Amino acid sequence: MSGRTGTLLEVDDLRVTFPTRTGLVEAVRGVSFSLGRERLGIVGESGSGKSQTGRAIMGLTPPQARISANKLTFDGIDLLGVSARERRALRGNRIAMILQDPKYSLDPVMSIGRQIVETLRTHEKVSKAEARERALAMLEAVQIRDPKRVFDLHPHEVSGGMGQRAMIAMMLIAGPEMMIADEPTSALDVTVQLDVLGILDRLVAERGMGLIFISHDLRLVSSFCDRVIVMYAGKVVEQLKASELGQAQHPYTRGLINCMPKIGADRHPLPVLDRKPEWAA
Amino acid sequence: MTSAIAVDRLEVIFDRFRALKGVSLEVEPGESFGLVGESGSGKSTLLRAIAGLAPVASGSIAVNGKMLGVRRDKAFYRDVQMVFQDPYGSLHPRQTIDRLLQEPLAIHGFADGEKRIERALDEVGLGNGFRFRYAHQLSGGQRQRVAIARALILEPSILLLDEPTSALDASVQAEVLNLLEEVRRRRKLTFLMVSHDLAIITHMCERLMVMQGGEAVENLTASDLVERRVTKDYTRNLLRASEGFVRTA
Ligand SMILES: Nc1ncnc2c1ncn2[C@@H]1O[C@H](COP(=O)(O)OP(=O)(O)OP(=O)(O)O)[C@@H](O)[C@H]1O
Ligand SMILES: Nc1ncnc2c1ncn2[C@@H]1O[C@H](COP(=O)(O)OP(=O)(O)OP(=O)(O)O)[C@@H](O)[C@H]1O
Ligand SMILES: [Mg+2]
Ligand SMILES: [Mg+2]
Repeated sequence: MSGRTGTLLEVDDLRVTFPTRTGLVEAVRGVSFSLGRERLGIVGESGSGKSQTGRAIMGLTPPQARISANKLTFDGIDLLGVSARERRALRGNRIAMILQDPKYSLDPVMSIGRQIVETLRTHEKVSKAEARERALAMLEAVQIRDPKRVFDLHPHEVSGGMGQRAMIAMMLIAGPEMMIADEPTSALDVTVQLDVLGILDRLVAERGMGLIFISHDLRLVSSFCDRVIVMYAGKVVEQLKASELGQAQHPYTRGLINCMPKIGADRHPLPVLDRKPEWAA
Repeated sequence: MTSAIAVDRLEVIFDRFRALKGVSLEVEPGESFGLVGESGSGKSTLLRAIAGLAPVASGSIAVNGKMLGVRRDKAFYRDVQMVFQDPYGSLHPRQTIDRLLQEPLAIHGFADGEKRIERALDEVGLGNGFRFRYAHQLSGGQRQRVAIARALILEPSILLLDEPTSALDASVQAEVLNLLEEVRRRRKLTFLMVSHDLAIITHMCERLMVMQGGEAVENLTASDLVERRVTKDYTRNLLRASEGFVRTA
């Protein structure tokens, strides 16, 4: 195990390419960064490769894609070198990802509660009764109002935000050392959003978890994360301290901040990005 | 004037769970009306009930003055379109964008499909290059733009928008919001729009309703919200939480 302050994840020149009918899609084009026991935000526009970066780290890249890196290591383990079995074991225990599409990634024919219980029981030898108690406690921790009712519901019977929190509960119950959270709060109302962030925040502060927080909500990222990576067209265009997001240098980052609606600002139409070809170079 | 949407004391019950407990709402033609509130408070259920997709136990819904029964006819679905919260669930992943856009056109017997598809894709900022891709090959934001294109392609008069931009980054969100405002102005559309982002609601809507636990908490104008003329604690909490994360040491 690495120390509490050490680097958990190292990514150097990560590339993910999809062959499609209309040619190659280079989703990730040489991304490099490292992660310690901190909150690292990844922001960037739709299609810039944030999710595919997270999926590559998790080993969840679709099979037809080509993936390469100079270095892709978690706690010193070469992720591209290990067997599929070891990769799965890591994914189950030490690394977790909250996927952007909660309903799509929950099993539609199994109740929410059973999915959480089964996740817990594949990681820890606990009795059925204890697993149920812990699953209910976890649902309560993510601010599900009526955990007993929701425990027995199927994914299509819960609201968008409830599905998202069920997914979060399922990922947290395994107690991972590194968590990739892909838009984990985008379907939550703002008060619940802050509660969920509070949970993630404590896991980083108290348990030393490393967190990659993928989000398009720059306001949230700047108030929640330690550092931010800004992606554009599959590349990292800027890395900076989250608190300094307001003073970003790259015109793309500044443009992103500027086009958010603000309460009380009357701007119709909203400013939009004037994308420059050189940003993608 | 006849309301575009008039919902009166609507109750929706799933098994024994009351998801909507007598909610009433009126939206004028051409108006943009916002719904905000707690997760699980019934916002999507309200939209789905109007679209005929939720079990209404009692109360009534009228659209353009016409009282709706249990069944919705074809004309209804031409006039009222819904953009769902979840761009993953709402588009069949193994269908090409072209097929997804053809479908509503075929159902409603449009002849000029080709032109409409090109225009719709163009309108939402997706080039023709996307036309023969599969939904599962698109990013979240790209899918949501397809979903909006599909809603617009039949030229409805009412759009029910369930978190239409929560899957989108700030730049695409701005583009989609501008797009929605522009088509609303151009085609005199009526919007009923859910968002948990108060800034989006004040930007897009003239009036809004705050919901909690299947009930309306309060009705406000956008300027009430901007100037913080709110009366309920829950709404105050929402406003405070909108300012971002505060680390408690
Ligand atoms: N299976 C696939 N086949 C072809 N291209 C794909 C596939 N999956 C993703 N892509 C493409 O890869 C690019 C990056 O996608 P990714 O999902 O990482 O974007 P993102 O930054 O997460 O966007 P969003 O904010 O919209 O979720 C996009 O252009 C997308 O269309
Ligand atoms: N098919 C169903 N069966 C049982 N309960 C359901 C079903 N659909 C919705 N519900 C319940 O109705 C309530 C309201 O759900 P709804 O999706 O309307 O919430 P919402 O306000 O849209 O929340 P969010 O902001 O999280 O999307 C929830 O408690 C949910 O569990
Ligand atoms: Mg994504
Ligand atoms: Mg909803």
